Amino acid sequence: MKPRGMRTDTAGSPRRPWSLYIGAGGVILLVGSALLAPWIAPYAEGQFVGGVWDLPSAASWLGTDNDGRDMLTRVLFGTRTTVSIALLATVLALAVGIGFGVVAGAVGGWLDELLSRCVDILLAIPVLISALIVLSVLGTSTPVLIGTIGLLEATRVYVVARAVARSVNVQPFVQVARLRGEALPWIIGRELLPNAAGPLIAEGGLRFCFIFLFIASLSFLGLGIQPPTADLGSMVRENAQAINFGLMAPLYPAAAIALLTAGINLVVDWLLAAQSRPHGHGIEL
Amino acid sequence: MSDVLRMEGLRVEARGGRVLVDDVDLSLSKGEVLGLIGESGAGKSTLGLAALAYARPGCRITGGSILLGGVDLCALDAAGRRAIRGTRVAYLAQSAAAAFNPAIRIGAQVCEGPIRHGLMSPKAAQAHAVELFTALDLPQPQEFGSRYPHQVSGGQLQRAMTAMAIACRPEVLVLDEPTTALDVTTQIDVLVMLKRIIARYDMSALYVSHDLAVIAQIADRIMVLRHGRCVESGPTAQVLSAPRTDYARALIAERRAPESVTGVSTANAPGAPPPPPLLEVHDLHVGHAGQPIVKAVAFTLARGETLAIVGESGSGKTTLANAICGQTAASVGRLHFAGEPLAAHFSARGREQLRRIQLVLQSPDIALNPRHSIDLILGRPLRFYFGLRDTALRSRVAELLLLVGLNPDLASRTPGQLSGGQKQRICIARALAARPDLIVCDEITSALDPLVAEDILVLLRRLQAELGTAYLFITHDLGSVRRIADRVLVMRQGSIVTLGSTADVLTRPAHPYLRKLLASQPQMRAGWLEEVLAAR
Repeated sequence: MKPRGMRTDTAGSPRRPWSLYIGAGGVILLVGSALLAPWIAPYAEGQFVGGVWDLPSAASWLGTDNDGRDMLTRVLFGTRTTVSIALLATVLALAVGIGFGVVAGAVGGWLDELLSRCVDILLAIPVLISALIVLSVLGTSTPVLIGTIGLLEATRVYVVARAVARSVNVQPFVQVARLRGEALPWIIGRELLPNAAGPLIAEGGLRFCFIFLFIASLSFLGLGIQPPTADLGSMVRENAQAINFGLMAPLYPAAAIALLTAGINLVVDWLLAAQSRPHGHGIEL
Repeated sequence: MSDVLRMEGLRVEARGGRVLVDDVDLSLSKGEVLGLIGESGAGKSTLGLAALAYARPGCRITGGSILLGGVDLCALDAAGRRAIRGTRVAYLAQSAAAAFNPAIRIGAQVCEGPIRHGLMSPKAAQAHAVELFTALDLPQPQEFGSRYPHQVSGGQLQRAMTAMAIACRPEVLVLDEPTTALDVTTQIDVLVMLKRIIARYDMSALYVSHDLAVIAQIADRIMVLRHGRCVESGPTAQVLSAPRTDYARALIAERRAPESVTGVSTANAPGAPPPPPLLEVHDLHVGHAGQPIVKAVAFTLARGETLAIVGESGSGKTTLANAICGQTAASVGRLHFAGEPLAAHFSARGREQLRRIQLVLQSPDIALNPRHSIDLILGRPLRFYFGLRDTALRSRVAELLLLVGLNPDLASRTPGQLSGGQKQRICIARALAARPDLIVCDEITSALDPLVAEDILVLLRRLQAELGTAYLFITHDLGSVRRIADRVLVMRQGSIVTLGSTADVLTRPAHPYLRKLLASQPQMRAGWLEEVLAAR
């Protein structure tokens, strides 16, 4: 009989799904053009170029906003501001969350108990309410915004980091290192972190999305980035009224938010799938 | 055509082009049991699954034909294949615990096949399940189906899984290492049950195993596989008594060895003064959550001696090893190492004491950090204990690799790039890097293929002769005990049953439990299973 191919019911997942390319493409396009905003934007960030909510034209491709500024320019600068602040807040959240989470997971005992209960208290309060309280007391300067969001989101990162660290911590190779007499820095730095990296990178990507949306919602509520600096959340709010006149104005910044978060999610999905995919030569399980 | 199942020129490939099964022909007539044997990676499970026209994720059946009662399964579409799975060919996995959904009652899971395939009404399926439970000697067959998987014992779950597999009365049963995860004494019961069920329902079976002795008891014919190819096949008696290929001969010789060799000569000549003990254990108790796991254990271990600790799972032998390594906080009793008291928990022990007791674990796959290179894995203890650096470190790593019979070039690899046997050698080299006086070996050969395990035992014996290291060898396999241990300590339910020299304990077993354990070790003689049953 002639040998021929045969499809099995579970032909493994392809190496790089098309969703990855779509997601990565969207993110790169948006973030790239936002970073280059000062050079590629047709106008200056606060420049008035026409009337209120002008329709798209050759001069301003996406029309103008509620103050007569060019919408495309504002979206580019707004993305730039929101992405930068989200990135800084994410770095802070990851540093604090992973730092404490991994130590708690590795040391265990009363230290773990203490840290975890403190985090539980913070987790019990809705993050938006905590942020509103802190921001209305300390004001809405950019450093305060980054610090507040970073520390609040760090509690979420802590939970994940601690869980991952604990699961690696019980692996026999960590047991062998402990029995050798290794101190905590080696256990954390060389045994736990390299093996926790995958899930933590995925968590970082997702956390960036949440923080990005969070900043947008704070701005939408008027507690985020203050005008005249453009940012996506406050742009949605400022232009929200245009919907009543059947205009597209608030949909552009909203689309930028959607594109970026969905794109990052697609990339993270692929990362997580790559993590959970069986590797090595476990053919005869 | 008399063959129930026939495969011709079967070829299965993994993604990336690696060939798992290469041009294998196989035929199975009605009521026949074909044993598929080989080491891991030989393709025996892949071949067994191919009988269901199934390939694991990432693998594809790329050539040949699979004829079930004259129908080519490769030509069927997904719906057609689904229709034959379970009804005409059924699969019995290794782990019964993993084969059941823990949230659904056993009865519902056993009935699922016949109902889903439209073979029986729910009522008839339930009655049929009760009938199967009765046939399989399950307690209270009427009520058994209403229990959840966690409410029955491991052996009972194994029987329930068999009931699930044969619920649709398949013509062919694929058994994938069904007794490998079981204790030797339970293994006998399951083997007998499987043999009886196959005969009673007149099924044909593919029996996948790495244990020749188990296959010898149940298979009519044997097929030896290696690297995805059929090395040898023939009637069981013929393959066992007159193997034609070197590989089959090696497999049989490995299994025969424990039946002939009895005990290793003890290290000391008779009459010589006993050497001072290296490890003394006095009246050791270990408990967990109020339950005693190790009760009043006391023994001594001399320098350069091998003491085997034998027992079934749950006998407390691993807990005892953990207590000696200081991994159980809640132990009561006294431990002395080289004359000095040994703290109960390892964190209270000095670096020198930690260095002198090293541990080698069962699964080399998870005992090595997958993110570290072999260089780092072996170099770290050298640097940590002896402060070696640069050239001295590198040359000592190369020396260690040579010592355990590996090529020094492997130093730049990561564990994922090594085979199971190589990884276990790395684990032993890592223990040796500390120049220990005692190595605690916790079931170090049980995750390995028989021939690889044999090599590891030979390596351990050679290292002991060269370096004078003492071993505490924890195992459930009496075969390896015979080949490596000077003395044996048999544990049952946390207490010592017997302690004595290997030859004494194994040739003149004093305790009935030990006699049962010895009798349960599968042997390759045809008819051994029936003898054991008759003797009970």
